[in-house]
Amino acid sequence: MAETRALPRAWNARLWLSGGWLLLILLAAVFAPLVSPQDPLAQDLLYERLPPFWMQGAEPGFWLGTDSLGRDLFSRIIYGGRIAFSVAFAAATAACLVGSALGLIAGYYRGWADRIVSRIVDIWMAFPPVLFAILLVAVLGTGLTSVIVAIAVIDWTRFCRVVRAEAMSQSRMDYVENARIAGFGRFDIMLREVLPNVLPSIVALLSLEMGIAVIVEAILSFVNLSISTDDPTWGGIIAEGRLSIHQAWWVLVFPLVTLFLTVLSFSQFGEGLKARFDPVLR
Amino acid sequence: MPQLGPNKMILQCLLIRLFTMAVTLFGVAVVVFVVIRIAPGDPIAMMLPPGASDADIARLRALYGLDKSLIEQFFIWLAGVLRGDFGMSISLRQDVLGLVMNRLPATLELSIMALLLALAIGLPLAIIGARERGTAVEAGIDVANGAALSIPDFLWGLVLILIFGVLMPVFEISGRVSPQLELPFVTQFYLIESILRLRFDLTKDLIGHMFMPALALALPLAAIIAQLLKQSLKELLSLDYVVLARVKGFSETQVILREALKNAALPTLTLVGVQFTFLIGGTVIVERLFSYEGLGNMAIDAVINRDLPLIQGIVLVFALIFVLINLAVDMTYALLNPRLRHG
Repeated sequence: MAETRALPRAWNARLWLSGGWLLLILLAAVFAPLVSPQDPLAQDLLYERLPPFWMQGAEPGFWLGTDSLGRDLFSRIIYGGRIAFSVAFAAATAACLVGSALGLIAGYYRGWADRIVSRIVDIWMAFPPVLFAILLVAVLGTGLTSVIVAIAVIDWTRFCRVVRAEAMSQSRMDYVENARIAGFGRFDIMLREVLPNVLPSIVALLSLEMGIAVIVEAILSFVNLSISTDDPTWGGIIAEGRLSIHQAWWVLVFPLVTLFLTVLSFSQFGEGLKARFDPVLR
Repeated sequence: MPQLGPNKMILQCLLIRLFTMAVTLFGVAVVVFVVIRIAPGDPIAMMLPPGASDADIARLRALYGLDKSLIEQFFIWLAGVLRGDFGMSISLRQDVLGLVMNRLPATLELSIMALLLALAIGLPLAIIGARERGTAVEAGIDVANGAALSIPDFLWGLVLILIFGVLMPVFEISGRVSPQLELPFVTQFYLIESILRLRFDLTKDLIGHMFMPALALALPLAAIIAQLLKQSLKELLSLDYVVLARVKGFSETQVILREALKNAALPTLTLVGVQFTFLIGGTVIVERLFSYEGLGNMAIDAVINRDLPLIQGIVLVFALIFVLINLAVDMTYALLNPRLRHG
């Protein structure tokens, strides 16, 4: 049975690779002022549209080239990571807390609480999410907080649906009945017995949601609705790269590759964690 | 309690679904209305040149009904919507319903093209994966599925722009149709009309523009179809009646196509319906990315211009499409599922 033993090892490699990439980007973002070779905002028209280091015409110190205003692409991507990761952690955590709490209550208590929560989820699911996000940011005004609030307001349903379904199936298990016979209150049972068993799904979803938050932030800054236009964001750099794609492809390619790997890593990291926690798969 | 016949059961189910649908749509209307009215910034002040008198502002506010109380405004607006009157767009100074209807066909054509592409990619992959189960081919399909699933349409769109717009410029990456072409169309369903009029030169140009955004939308859905259908096929292939077909001398591909596919289609269909609404939601940003003149692209402009009536209209139309698709999926499921059909 070589196949069954090879499988967990493949999962581990997935966990390490994705976790490693995320850690690398996170560290670069945290220590951006130390790591980035240039000021991400400094414009220099003499250095406009420099190609990356291996091409002719590259300048030392501008490893990934520059954009149409002569700003260093590498430094801008590193600083963009700060915003991407702030949004990822804050928005995903907020969505997770709200969605999981409502899902847990709806799935465990059922009854009218479930009916109300499910109806709200139905309404939320009838909105095109990207349009909803753009609308919310336009209403709240651009800025980091607005972006985080908008993503949390839209994506709590993702947690709510999964946690509700899991809490419902866990509530039918014998151990819940045993706890009730042992004299525990319903609220205690929900927190002490049901929640820990739903947690692996929540953790996997949290990682996935961070990737989604990074994408939504990129989309918002792509349509110029994220934070102020001065601060470099991945979506903002991509929007500029989309415009100058025929003159300077690198302005689109490098932030796109970074975004691609980050989103892929978040989802693979979540899947890997889930596989590791899941007693059946383990 | 009298035993209900299968037809009555489906009818009852339909009525309940129609009622919840109405509740959902009403909820959407309330949420959009509330969200929009929280907005700081006066859309009327933005319409007028600086230095407009207070009387001018007041007159315009009254014209758009913005001088009444919130609840009054909501019910005036809702009554209008039920009559088909969605109000006037503030930035474009035109009837909202007309604007939406003008753009909706472009988005529908794009979405349906994307759905067809997703099926065209997902179905063969599922069948091949089920036939080659346990081999490197299946593992390869699984890896491709995993990647296609984790990357959303926005990123696929950018990747496609790079590959087929810049590296190998074979497809158009901007617009719906080449601007120099003379269009004889009377409806906004350009693609369908070009086929009906046998103007295949225009069909080719339209598909050349539509292919990249449609593919970007299709890839995540194709992965879901491939994954889910392959799973159901694999489960069915170990059942008795399939084994019997194999014993009768049918080849593995024949067994899959004749026996298993029919039964595996039902669970896939339910999921494809829900995922199709996500795909339509994705058109908003993908249309923007490819400058495709559809509803989503107009929606983003409406948000940027703070065009409240237009935003309300577009969001409601999207919500209506979503609940109609869900209804259609539920009904198809009820009609096709033998367990429900035979009571």
